[in-house]
Amino acid sequence: MDLLNNFFFIALPYIAIIVFVIGTVYRYRSLKFGYSSLSSQFLETRKLFWGSLLFHWGIVIIFFGHLIAFLIPQSILLWNQQPLRLFILEISAFTFGIMAFIGLINLLYRRLSSARIRVVTNYMDIILEILLLIQIFLGLWVAYGYRWGSSWFAIVISPYLKSLFTFTPKVDAVFMLPLVVQLHIITGFLIILIVPFTRLVHFLVFPLSYLWRPYQKVIWNRDRKKIRNAKEAWTVHRPENN
Amino acid sequence: MDVRSQVAMLFHLDKCIGCHTCSIACKNIWTDRKGAEYMWWNNVETKPGTGFPTKWEDQNIYKGGWKKSDDQKLSLRGSGKYKGLLNIFHNPYMPSLEDYYEPWTYKYLDLIESPKGNDQPTARPVSLITGKPIDIKSGPNWDDDLSGTPEFARRDPNLEHLSPSEKEAMFQLEKMAMFYLPRICNHCLNPACVASCPSGAIYKRGEDGVVLINQQVCRAWRMCVTACPYKKSYYNWSTGKSEKCILCYPRLEAGLAPACMHSCVGRIRYLGVLLYDADRIQEAASAPEDELIDRQLELILDPFDENVIQKAKDNGIADSTIQAAQTSPVYKFVKEWGLGLPLHAEYRTLPMLFYIPSLLPVMATLSDADNSAQSGKLDPIAKFWNKNTLYDTSTNSLWGTIEQSRFPLKYLANMFGAGNESKIKEVLKKQLAVRVHRRNVTVGDINSEFSQKALSDVGLTSKMADDIFYLTSLAKFDDRFNIPPAHREQAIEMLENTGDAKGSSGFGFKESPTRGL
Ligand code: HEM
Repeated sequence: MDLLNNFFFIALPYIAIIVFVIGTVYRYRSLKFGYSSLSSQFLETRKLFWGSLLFHWGIVIIFFGHLIAFLIPQSILLWNQQPLRLFILEISAFTFGIMAFIGLINLLYRRLSSARIRVVTNYMDIILEILLLIQIFLGLWVAYGYRWGSSWFAIVISPYLKSLFTFTPKVDAVFMLPLVVQLHIITGFLIILIVPFTRLVHFLVFPLSYLWRPYQKVIWNRDRKKIRNAKEAWTVHRPENN
Repeated sequence: MDVRSQVAMLFHLDKCIGCHTCSIACKNIWTDRKGAEYMWWNNVETKPGTGFPTKWEDQNIYKGGWKKSDDQKLSLRGSGKYKGLLNIFHNPYMPSLEDYYEPWTYKYLDLIESPKGNDQPTARPVSLITGKPIDIKSGPNWDDDLSGTPEFARRDPNLEHLSPSEKEAMFQLEKMAMFYLPRICNHCLNPACVASCPSGAIYKRGEDGVVLINQQVCRAWRMCVTACPYKKSYYNWSTGKSEKCILCYPRLEAGLAPACMHSCVGRIRYLGVLLYDADRIQEAASAPEDELIDRQLELILDPFDENVIQKAKDNGIADSTIQAAQTSPVYKFVKEWGLGLPLHAEYRTLPMLFYIPSLLPVMATLSDADNSAQSGKLDPIAKFWNKNTLYDTSTNSLWGTIEQSRFPLKYLANMFGAGNESKIKEVLKKQLAVRVHRRNVTVGDINSEFSQKALSDVGLTSKMADDIFYLTSLAKFDDRFNIPPAHREQAIEMLENTGDAKGSSGFGFKESPTRGL
């Protein structure tokens, strides 16, 4: 039993994170043409509206919720000191979870039922969406069945995750958790593991820099200030405005 | 003054015969691939008509281009930093396949391999996307030559602001007229596609102003499809990348004309360098609507001006480019003669493709036949509609023919004048004056006083008129295309070691350009 636990809560996380980092960096640097959100809106737009909007707003907010709970658990605990605020947090998180769940069911249904979308569906899309579906389902189950997650996450899960990142894995508390919660953790790392092999890489390149770059973009193949200066020695450098 | 050079285009609509050779040349070279079947980087539309994609000019639907807000600032109509990022999960203004058409082929083999039977075998159409049999609902040039039909012509967005009677007059059987509108990417000075791209994949090349999409940076956020008011950025559904006209830049760099221009049967296309002042782009793009065209033309600099030449050289523009700007046919048409107008300047992207609006359907009027000596000299077919009606292309009532045209000027103004009729009138008058002048020279039945007056009325000299005539009607290949090849001797300054790309395929992909996981 210990062996299995060690595998799932120590080995798997490390494998997942290593594969994630190396895989995404390699893909970003070397397989650029294949790096895309692979939008299928052009082929089908009505069903995508209900699928993509519900799913993304739900999952993105849930994602950041997990991130905050992991990075600054104290903030959540502080917030949760008053029961009312705890309820607000839990209920809104649950709502976003439901949104993501319904959205994903729509997306998966669209992928499988529309002939056009099937043409642009590969096996990794299906694997990913099924894994995500399981993961969100488990998450909702945990939230409903083992209250109040937002509080015990900060006490149990955050230290565990931190211990992984400091290379001193402390897994005893995790071993004690109910099976559903353990499954939720395992599926989470599985999803991280397969990110480089799926379209999920698209959320790593969220175009935030668009907000501060100037609207127009001009690229010179040659350094227009340098070309005419025949006196200067030839230096190996790329034009700056490139 | 920040002098830059732009490879600009001019299309002479009076010469377009609507043969679609340009479209085919382009398709065969660039878009005969999976995912690109439906794309027409170059297409030719019948006007009045709905165009491709359907009703692309209706920005209430597609939200393309720039709009000026109350504080006089420009913003993208349907995308941009905030709207774009908020709509990134689902873009509500993006045209979908239905707005273009579902590409298809036929199962030709069935014609040969069907078993013997009582019916003649047929080749069924099958979708090029799903491979399944489809009912064809529309296709490329679906409205070709269908001007006058309620389905297409009457839904033309340019008919807006025309009175009902004007519209009716356009569609009367005997008065119906149409012309062709060939379109490619305008390689704008203030491109909305570039501005809308969240990942910064789209850029304008400094050297020649060609607007390109970096296929390795595009992430299919698909905002450019919305932002381009001309709908000339297309989404490749197979690779998950957007694509657009590249002005055949590999050909341009070698000094060759782009495929669509080279193959143009009517020889309507001209290509040449323009020098412009990049510092004033924003100012010109945010001008009041009735000044837009003038301000855009003011950006284009005189390539003979010493100061301009010096500033161009300071900016690294090669001598050959400056020379090309001095002999540019586009400069002549657009600046010297004032004949070229941008399409839909009101989108504020400052397009660098100019059009000379059609004169023919405007110029001819139907009136009661008269028997003057002059009409006796005309070719009888050209002259008489029927016994009592004259199909009048004669010139006695000089500008009157333009005023009572078969096409309301308003219609042309909505396309080429940002709604401003006087712009159109000016160009049509000039064209008419050149005809009068040439008729005086060749046929001689118009007295020279009359033709001189026609010319001076519109500010042309007979020398200019002859030049316009030459470049319009007789120009040879090298007159129409004046392209300075890229300077390969400077390639060393690009400092991309050729060895780096050795072993990679033609356009530098080390991976094959196929859809990712
Ligand atoms: C804020 C960051 C994100 C952005 C900007 C984003 C954007 C997009 C876009 C543009 C698409 C294509 C939609 C279309 O077909 O037009 C897409 C699809 C998808 N995204 Fe995201 N996404 C983000 C985050 C995420 C996250 C966190 C997940 C999951 C953990 C996710 C999972 C998916 C999936 C599964 C699809 C495929 C949907 C389908 O067509 O079946 N995305 N995303």
